[in-house]
Amino acid sequence: MKYYDKLIFELSKEGRKGYSLPVNRFPAAPELPLQLRRAASPRLPEVSEPEVVRHYNNLSQMNFGVDTGFYPLGSCTMKYNPKINEEVAALPGFAGLHPLMPAHLTQGACKVYEQMNKALSEITGMHTFTFDPCAGAHGELTGLMLMRTYHMNRGDQGRTKVIVPDSAHGTNPASAAVCGLEVVEVKSLENGRIDVEALKSLLDQSVAGIMMTNPNTLGLFETQILEIAQLVHGVGGLLYYDGANMNPMLGVVRPGDMGFDIMHLNLHKTFSTPHGGGGPGSGPVGMTEEVAKGLPQIKVSGFHGNFGVILRAYAYILSIGRQHLREVGQYSVLSANYIKECLKDVYKLPIADVCKHEFVFDGLVNDGAHDDIPGATTLDVAKRLLDYGYHAPTIYFPLLFHQALMIEPTETESKETIDAFIAVMRLIAQEAAQDPMLLHNAPHNAPISRPDETAAARNPILKY
Amino acid sequence: MSKIIEGLKYSESHEWVKVEGNVAIVGVSDFAQKEMGDITYVDMPEEGDDVLAGEEFGALESVKAASDLISPVSGTVVAVNSALEDTPEAINEDAYANWIIKVEMSQPEELDALLDAAAYKALIKE
Amino acid sequence: MPHPYLPHTQADIQAMLEKIGVKTLDDLYADVPQACRKKGAYALPDAMSEQEIRDCFAALDAMNARLKVFVGQGAYDHYTPSVIPYLTQRSEFITAYTPYQCEISQGTLRYIFEYQSLICELTGLDVANASMYDGPTAAAEAVMMCTECVRKRNRVLLSATLLPHVLQVIQTYAKFHGVDITVVPAQDGQSSLGAIRAELSKEDVAGVVVPSLNRYGIVEDLTGFADTIHTAKALLVQYCDPSALAVVKTPGEWGADIAVGDGQPLGLPLCYGGPYVGFMAVKKDYMRKMPGRIVGQTADKEGRRAFVLTLQAREQHIKREKATSNICSNESLMALWVIIYLSLMGPEGLAEVNRISADGAHYLHDELLKTGKFQEVFPGKPFLKEFVLKPLEEAIALQHRLEAAGFFAALPTPEGYVSFCVTEKRSKEEIDQLVAAVKEG
Repeated sequence: MKYYDKLIFELSKEGRKGYSLPVNRFPAAPELPLQLRRAASPRLPEVSEPEVVRHYNNLSQMNFGVDTGFYPLGSCTMKYNPKINEEVAALPGFAGLHPLMPAHLTQGACKVYEQMNKALSEITGMHTFTFDPCAGAHGELTGLMLMRTYHMNRGDQGRTKVIVPDSAHGTNPASAAVCGLEVVEVKSLENGRIDVEALKSLLDQSVAGIMMTNPNTLGLFETQILEIAQLVHGVGGLLYYDGANMNPMLGVVRPGDMGFDIMHLNLHKTFSTPHGGGGPGSGPVGMTEEVAKGLPQIKVSGFHGNFGVILRAYAYILSIGRQHLREVGQYSVLSANYIKECLKDVYKLPIADVCKHEFVFDGLVNDGAHDDIPGATTLDVAKRLLDYGYHAPTIYFPLLFHQALMIEPTETESKETIDAFIAVMRLIAQEAAQDPMLLHNAPHNAPISRPDETAAARNPILKY
Repeated sequence: MSKIIEGLKYSESHEWVKVEGNVAIVGVSDFAQKEMGDITYVDMPEEGDDVLAGEEFGALESVKAASDLISPVSGTVVAVNSALEDTPEAINEDAYANWIIKVEMSQPEELDALLDAAAYKALIKE
Repeated sequence: MPHPYLPHTQADIQAMLEKIGVKTLDDLYADVPQACRKKGAYALPDAMSEQEIRDCFAALDAMNARLKVFVGQGAYDHYTPSVIPYLTQRSEFITAYTPYQCEISQGTLRYIFEYQSLICELTGLDVANASMYDGPTAAAEAVMMCTECVRKRNRVLLSATLLPHVLQVIQTYAKFHGVDITVVPAQDGQSSLGAIRAELSKEDVAGVVVPSLNRYGIVEDLTGFADTIHTAKALLVQYCDPSALAVVKTPGEWGADIAVGDGQPLGLPLCYGGPYVGFMAVKKDYMRKMPGRIVGQTADKEGRRAFVLTLQAREQHIKREKATSNICSNESLMALWVIIYLSLMGPEGLAEVNRISADGAHYLHDELLKTGKFQEVFPGKPFLKEFVLKPLEEAIALQHRLEAAGFFAALPTPEGYVSFCVTEKRSKEEIDQLVAAVKEG
């Protein structure tokens, strides 16, 4: 990666043109009245087309994607993004569809939604899906809205709380708060699972439901899930499944069969659509027939959700098909456990159980702390990995472990890639033991070194 | 070793209180500012807002964390340290010299529930 | 069974199982109760080869009508420069994740910074975020922000001239978040200052949302709105078309506190409604209450200009249940789409897009009136690329006749009007053909 420091505004020169528009053949319309007009032209860049192309090409060279190298971000499922998906999503018959066109004009699009609904319902054991949510967190919010609607339609105004494990992803309690629900945390046991006894003491008629994922954010299967489902249903509550961790379940276990009533999927995780640097994603929400009755009362996005993303996911499902679904799940679990076993002597493994698609280390066994020199932290390990051409795993999540390092390889990485990663992780552990300053000052080989984030937050410069 | 000043009252959530007449001057302890790291923003209430003992009245923010400020006493906010809007790092520099809010107390007996310097020192157990 | 996306060979699998210390892949699911497991096969389609996938999608693609689009209402058929998909498809942009590891994500962080800068320039406000899902959800988040910023007030007014789906999404969010919504009726096709003033007098309003270009295509005159709303201690939120902001008075100039809208008109394809890209810009005072990711400029240890996600203490991963928004993934790649579009267009290009669109729309408007088959609804009200008319025949019959002639036009509105939109992609010939088709009936 090469450091390239320009911003598009710095390439601008008055009189340059980068656009191509037809000659205006219409008679001139009356001008807008002066008081409705903007006082001065917006200061947009004036750049030629080749300069724009070069600028954004150069920016892209300072970026790291799944196509660049291994991206073991726990909880993000950075699997390969198939290119056939891009090809079919760009077909003109889809690209040119206006969202307000009536159904008889959009039969192809309607069929895609219908087929996707069938496929996702079958994969998850749900009755039906809505495709309106544009991201996982958006799906969570929609799912909680459905949960509240279910209770309101039953005439029960008292269901004001939702139970969330203390290991939950931040979007879970945030979604609950946006949805007007009070968050009640249930603690995890030493073995990383929900404390079912503690859960029992929290369950009463004020609980709308529980919001959780399985496997949980530590990559561990909640073995008591059937009991949890029975307990929550027993007080009239519903179970919500955060589908971010669906990958290892593909072809093996279905949330519907575990007792979940509502769930979301992240198409940009489990179903291979690209992350795009932070979106677009898609978070379709699945539900039981009973919960689906509340769907007409809820509208969470302007049109039909992220159709372009849904198209890509559909192509992926057709490629994997019935035959390979289980392999996706199984191989993701295989690779995660393999890495765990190969590194547990040099990284602290707080919970040694068989994991699913991801697992958590709690920092280094030997962090090299000596004299006045502090030991290498998880942050330092992450930054040193960048020097070796890897994207770091997820760091400092879940909050249960202070030096959390969450690794999720996914099923699309070869054993050679995984072995090379293991070797580098071992090397970094050795470096930390001998010379932690090397890690403190990492990365050394990236376009920039560690930026001053404190200054960025104290004196924000948020535009050019 | 975190600095602890005699003569101040302390809460279990690491706020300090200096009493002047019926007004409680509230800040955070040296231990608290160390735990936070570089403070990037102090979220403060407005003059005239009511506060309740044990309830949050604002927050300290750093790059990677946000920590609620819990009011040690109930009453009305009569002053807010607006200098902290531009220089939140002042709390890192000297946690005791930079108060956050001043509260006209409605129930001064709440002060009795707070810790003295020795008890606070025992609490943070360094 | 081998698959091109699954590299593990049988030998690989065996070696890995051995290292782990289990015999079969199924052993790794030993902790999953049998009662949970799916019994039997999944009723899914057979795995398809690439060519079969191509054929399948080609067939689906062909099932969609190919019509010339003469409708807007929140999704606009503007021209997409060829350069954009070429650049956004670059692996390093499209297969990257959120730029949490900033040292290897300067590409993403910089284009977001550029995007934030231009959203500020278009809206005339101080700070913009890194994008939201779409215009309607950005508006819903702005409504929640109003009740966060204006303490002890829980009501927000919405102008009835906002697009229907914008109103519906805001109302959904508000209902669950506990915000009282009042939809204020329009007057003469515009937001009514008088009706808003009457509501404000109850002193419980935190914010007022009005459009820039409204659902009838009218460019709203917001003279007096900001003063009245601010005197009542509420916030002014403006919902805008960012393409039109190149020529119409900006939210900043109108005195708005928050501007939201959808960036789709800035070169994003229609794509049956998504992915689009919501934007939000606010006055400096509200920076720390704004949802969404924000990129800031700073320096690295060697003093090099560097960009990072900043003010993260606002966000869900830190604030959790105290966060005012749960937004995480947004529409980053579509923001890249927008910034490339704006860089190519520049001020002249965007002004020209608006000019051609407005001239085309007025031409269509006048030609339609000449057919004698329509009545003006809001005579004399200023519009750009979109307008409504009242058809003298049944709206659905008109719409179908135009469909048969190859046009998606004359969208019926709830009020009994029909809505038309013209962009720079529509030619004079197409408009003449459309008018001819109208006359036929």
